[in-house]
Amino acid sequence: MRWFWIDRFEEFVCGQSARTVKNVSLGEEHLDSYNQTWPYMPASLMVEGLAQTGGLLLGQLSDFKARVVLAKVARASFDKLARPGDRLNYEVKFLSQQTDGAIAEGKILINDQPLGTVELVFASLTGPEFEKVELFQPHEFLRMLRSMRLFEVGRYPNGAPIAIPEHLLAAEQAFLDA
Amino acid sequence: MPSNEEVFEKVREALVDALAVDDSEVTPEATMVGDLGAESIDFLDIVYRLEKAFGISISRGELFPDDILTNAEYVSDGKVTASGLSQLKARMPFADLSKFEQNPLVQDFGNLLTVKDLCNYVKTKLA
Repeated sequence: MRWFWIDRFEEFVCGQSARTVKNVSLGEEHLDSYNQTWPYMPASLMVEGLAQTGGLLLGQLSDFKARVVLAKVARASFDKLARPGDRLNYEVKFLSQQTDGAIAEGKILINDQPLGTVELVFASLTGPEFEKVELFQPHEFLRMLRSMRLFEVGRYPNGAPIAIPEHLLAAEQAFLDA
Repeated sequence: MPSNEEVFEKVREALVDALAVDDSEVTPEATMVGDLGAESIDFLDIVYRLEKAFGISISRGELFPDDILTNAEYVSDGKVTASGLSQLKARMPFADLSKFEQNPLVQDFGNLLTVKDLCNYVKTKLA
C-alpha cells in the first residue's frame, strides 16, 4: 500500500508555508474498511496528510537530509466529514523553528471551506543514534517528490525556484545506471 | 513586569496545553520530566508557548544547556565534574542545583527542572 496522503503540492514557500491537495476517492480501500456503510475519510489520515505536507516543508530546509518525523499533535479539531468526491487542501504554516524541530499550524479545507485545524510538532532526528538511520531510499524519495510536483511549485521567499538537491539527483542517476 | 502569580499562571497554562496535564498537577515543586511527564520533544513545544505567552525569545540550550552534559571536559564516569557544575550554575542561575550537586549523575539531570525554575527563568528574561 502506498503511504502517500497528499496528491500534489499547490504552493510551497521555503521555510514558511505549504499547501497541498488531496482528492478523496471511493477507489481508496481505507474508506470502505473504515466505515463500510457510509464511507468517509478518517481524521487520522488527514493529520497524516498535514504531517506529510509540513514534514516535507521542514525537510526541504536541509535539502531533505534531516530525518523529520511528526513528534506530537498538540491539538486537533474537525468540524466536518470528508466523503468520496470531496477535495481537501492541507495548509501548513511554521509558527516556530529550532534546529531540533518546528511547531506548525495546520488547516484543512474541504471544497474551499474550513474543515479543521491541527497543531503539529515536528522533530528533526539529529543525534548520533540516528546517523545510520535512513527513513527513505533517496531515489524513491525523489520519485515521490516529483510525483507530488513539489519542484514545479516550490519557491524561495524571493520567488526563486527550488532546485532538486544534487545528492538526490546523484542517487537517482546511480539507481538508473545500476 | 508581571507579578509572580501572573508569571506562574501563564507558565501553568503553557504546561497544561503542551503536556495535556491538569491545572492541579502544575505546582511550583513539580518536576517537568518526573511529575509532569515532559519528553524531550515537549520542550520544543513548551519553549514556543512561553515565547508566545511572554513575548520573549529563547535560544536553543538556554533553558536546558545539554551541551555541557555531552562535553567530555565536564563529565567524568557519568557524573558532572566540579568545573561542569560551575558551568551549569553560571548558565542556569534560575535553577536550584543544590540537590543535584550532592550526586551529579548526568542521567538525573533531565529531571532537575521544576515549574518554579521555569518561572524563575521567565522572570530573568523579563527583567
